[in-house]
Amino acid sequence: MNTKKFRWVAALAVGVVAAGSMTACSASGGSGDSDTITYWASNQAPTVERDAEILQESIDRYTEETGVKVDLEVIPWSDLYNRILTAVSSGEGPDVLNIGNTWAVSLQSSGAFVPWEGEALDAIGGQDRFVQSSFATGGAEGQAPTSVPIYGLSYSLYYNTAMFEAAGITTPPATWDEFVEDAKKLTIDTDGDGQIDQWGVTMAGSSIANNAHQAFVRGLQNGGSLYDDDGNPDFGNDGVVTGVKEWVDLMAVDKVVSPSDAESVNGSDMAATFAEGQAAMFFDQAPGDNLKSRNFTDYAAAPVPMETADATGLEGTQSHVAGINVSVFENSGNKEAAIDFVKHLTSDDEQKYLNESFGSLPVVTTAYDDPAFQTDVIKLKQTILADHAQPMPLYPSEGQMETLVGTAIKDLLATAAQGGSVSEADVKSALEDANSQMTTGQ
Amino acid sequence: MTVNVLPPATAEKESAPDPHQLAPIEPAKRKKHRSPLAYFLVAPAALAELLVHIVPMVLGIWIAFITLNQLSIANWVNAPFVGLQNFVTALDPSSPIAGQLYGALGRTLLFTVIVVAIAWSMGMLGAVLLTSSFKGRGLLRTLFLVPYALPSYVGTIAWAFMFNQRDGAINRFLVDDLGILQDRPFWLLGGNSFWAIVIVTAWQFWPFAFLMLLAALQNIPGDVYEAASLDGASLWKQFTNITLPMVKPANAVLLLIMSLWIFNQFNVPYVLFGPASPEQATLISPLIYQQSFNNWNFGLGGAMSVMLLVVLLIASAFYIRMVLPKGQHDND
Repeated sequence: MNTKKFRWVAALAVGVVAAGSMTACSASGGSGDSDTITYWASNQAPTVERDAEILQESIDRYTEETGVKVDLEVIPWSDLYNRILTAVSSGEGPDVLNIGNTWAVSLQSSGAFVPWEGEALDAIGGQDRFVQSSFATGGAEGQAPTSVPIYGLSYSLYYNTAMFEAAGITTPPATWDEFVEDAKKLTIDTDGDGQIDQWGVTMAGSSIANNAHQAFVRGLQNGGSLYDDDGNPDFGNDGVVTGVKEWVDLMAVDKVVSPSDAESVNGSDMAATFAEGQAAMFFDQAPGDNLKSRNFTDYAAAPVPMETADATGLEGTQSHVAGINVSVFENSGNKEAAIDFVKHLTSDDEQKYLNESFGSLPVVTTAYDDPAFQTDVIKLKQTILADHAQPMPLYPSEGQMETLVGTAIKDLLATAAQGGSVSEADVKSALEDANSQMTTGQ
Repeated sequence: MTVNVLPPATAEKESAPDPHQLAPIEPAKRKKHRSPLAYFLVAPAALAELLVHIVPMVLGIWIAFITLNQLSIANWVNAPFVGLQNFVTALDPSSPIAGQLYGALGRTLLFTVIVVAIAWSMGMLGAVLLTSSFKGRGLLRTLFLVPYALPSYVGTIAWAFMFNQRDGAINRFLVDDLGILQDRPFWLLGGNSFWAIVIVTAWQFWPFAFLMLLAALQNIPGDVYEAASLDGASLWKQFTNITLPMVKPANAVLLLIMSLWIFNQFNVPYVLFGPASPEQATLISPLIYQQSFNNWNFGLGGAMSVMLLVVLLIASAFYIRMVLPKGQHDND
C-alpha cells in the first residue's frame, strides 16, 4: 500500500470511528397481528422474573376471556424511561405500557398516548371508580389524562421493632426532631470494636428518584415548593433548601446514616440493609415483598415524620401521591384490545390480585373491601394518600426536575460521605445550579 | 548496526517503481475491468454503511439545529428549527451547561492521554516479552487477551463490584489485608472516580495495543536483533533503535485509533456510575447522554455531538498529516 492510499484508508477509518460519537440509537417494540398485543410492565417485585410470574397469571385470565394474547416484557426501572422515549420517537412502541406516575405529564406532552376521555374512559368504567388522588396523577390539570393508575403507593417510615425496643423507644417518631433524636440513639457499635455497625437510618443516596422525592416532601414540609405559582422551576427557595439540608444532614451532621449509603443506587438496597440488621429505619413505598423474600418480619410502618406533629395542608405532606400508571400507545395497531386490556388490569378482581401480590394499594375504591387490604400497613398508606400526600408537580418538565434535583442531592451526599461539610450555602448553590440548567435547557 | 539493516531497504526503495509514474497507467487498467458486477457486489456494503453510519450521522447533525424535547419528540420531523441556538447554549461561558462542557472536554483529554499512555506501555511491554519463545507463552497470550475478549459490560460490572466502598475487593485488599489505608476510600464517588474509569478503561484497552504491537513486532526479522547483539547493543538500545522505529507505522495508527475510542468512552462510566457520572469523572460522551436522555434536551446533546465530531476530525486530520508515514512504504 503506498502512502497516499494508506492515508486515505486511515482517514476513512478515523471518520468511521469518530462518527461513533454521532450515531443515534434506535429500538422498536410494536404489536404484531390483531390477536396479540404487547405490554411493557414496570418492575414491582424483587426481581423481573417474579414480576413476569405474577403478571402472567393475570394475562392468562385475560387471554382465556377474550382470546387476545399478550406479549409481556418486564422492563427494569433503569431502562424503562429510555425505552419509552425511544418508542415515542420511533412511533414503534408497545400497545400498553406502565409508567411511573411522576412521568405522566412529561409523557402526556409528547402526544404519544391515548387520552382517557369519552369512549376510552367509559370502556374502563369511568373516572369515579378510581381513587381520585391517584387518578389525578394521570396528566396535567385541565387536560384529559393519558394514563390511568394501576398500583397505588405512598412513602412510610419503616422501623425495626426489636431495635426500637432495645433502645427504649416506645413510639415511632412523629416529628423530624424526634426522628433525628431516635436515629442517634439507634446508631451504635453493637460488638464494641470501635466501628458503628448499626445505623439509625439507611437511604439510597445515589437513587436520583428517591432523592427527588425527598426534596419534594421535605421542601413542602418546610414551606417551600420546587415550582413557583406560575409553574416555573424554583429549586433554590428557602423551604426546599432547608428540607434538602435536613436530608443531607442525616449523613453529614447527625451521622446517623452510613457513608457507604451514598453509593447505594436502588431502593432495594435499603430493604437489604434493613433486613440484615445494619439499619433501624428507612423511608420506602412498598418494601413488603422484598422484606418477606428475606424472611424479615420484625418491623412496623409509621407515618413519615413532619416538622410538627399536627401539621396539615402542604406542610403536612408525608409523601407524594406515588404509584404506577398504565397508558395505551397512540400508534397501537390494536387500540381496542389495548384499552380492553387496561380495563382488565384495572378491574376489581385484578386490582385485588395484582396489588396484593405486589404489596401496593388498589387504585379502585371497591377493591378495598377485600380482607387483604384491611391490614394496618395498608390502612396507614390509605390515610397517608387521603390526607398527607400531594402529587409531584404536574408540569411537563417534571422528568428533568427529578433528574437535576436528584443528581444535585446525590452529589451533596457524596461530599458528605467523604467527610466534607455541606453548608446551607452549598445546598442552595447546588439547587440553583440545577435550576439554572433546567431553565437553560428549555 | 543500522548499516546492516539499511542496505536491503534502500535497495528495495531503489528498485521499486516510482509511484508517480504509475498514476496515469492505473486508472486506464481499472477502466478495462469495470463491470456492473463490481457495483453490484459493492452495493450491499455501501448500503449498510449508509444506513448504519451515514444516515444516523446526518440525523445527528440535523438534531443539533432543532429543539427536540418531550414536546416535539413524537413528531420530531416537524420539530422547530432554532439555527445555532443549541451551539450558543453549549458554548456560552456564562451558562452552567457550557461550564460542564468545557470541564468535561479538559477532563476527557487528560483521561485519553493517561489511558493511552498506560494501555500502550502495558501492551508494548507484553508484546516485547511474548515475542521471544518460551514455555507457557501461548497460555500467557490467551490470558492477556481476556479483558479484550470479555464483553465490555461484563468486565465493567465486575470492576463496579470490586470498587464498592463497603464490601468491594479493592478496599478489602488495601484496608483489611495490606493495611495500607485506614479508612475505606470511595472509588465511585468524588475525585477517585476519575481514577476508577482510568483503571478500568486501561484494563480494557491494553490487550488491543498488545495484539497490534505483537503483530508488528513479529514482522521484524530476527537477524536484525542478532546483528545488533553482535555489535554489543544493549536491550534498551535495541528497543529504541530497532523495535520502536520498525513498528512506527503500526504504532501511529494504533495510537490514533485508540485515542479516538478512548476519547469517546461511554460504556465504562455508564456501567460504573449509572446515567449521571460524578462531576469529577464526567467525560464528553456521558455528558452528551445526560443532556439528551436525562434532561430530554436532544438538540443540545446533538450540538455537543457535532462539536465533538468536528474536534476529533480536525485533530485526526492534523495527526494523519503530521505523524503518519510519508514518502515510504509501510510494511505490508
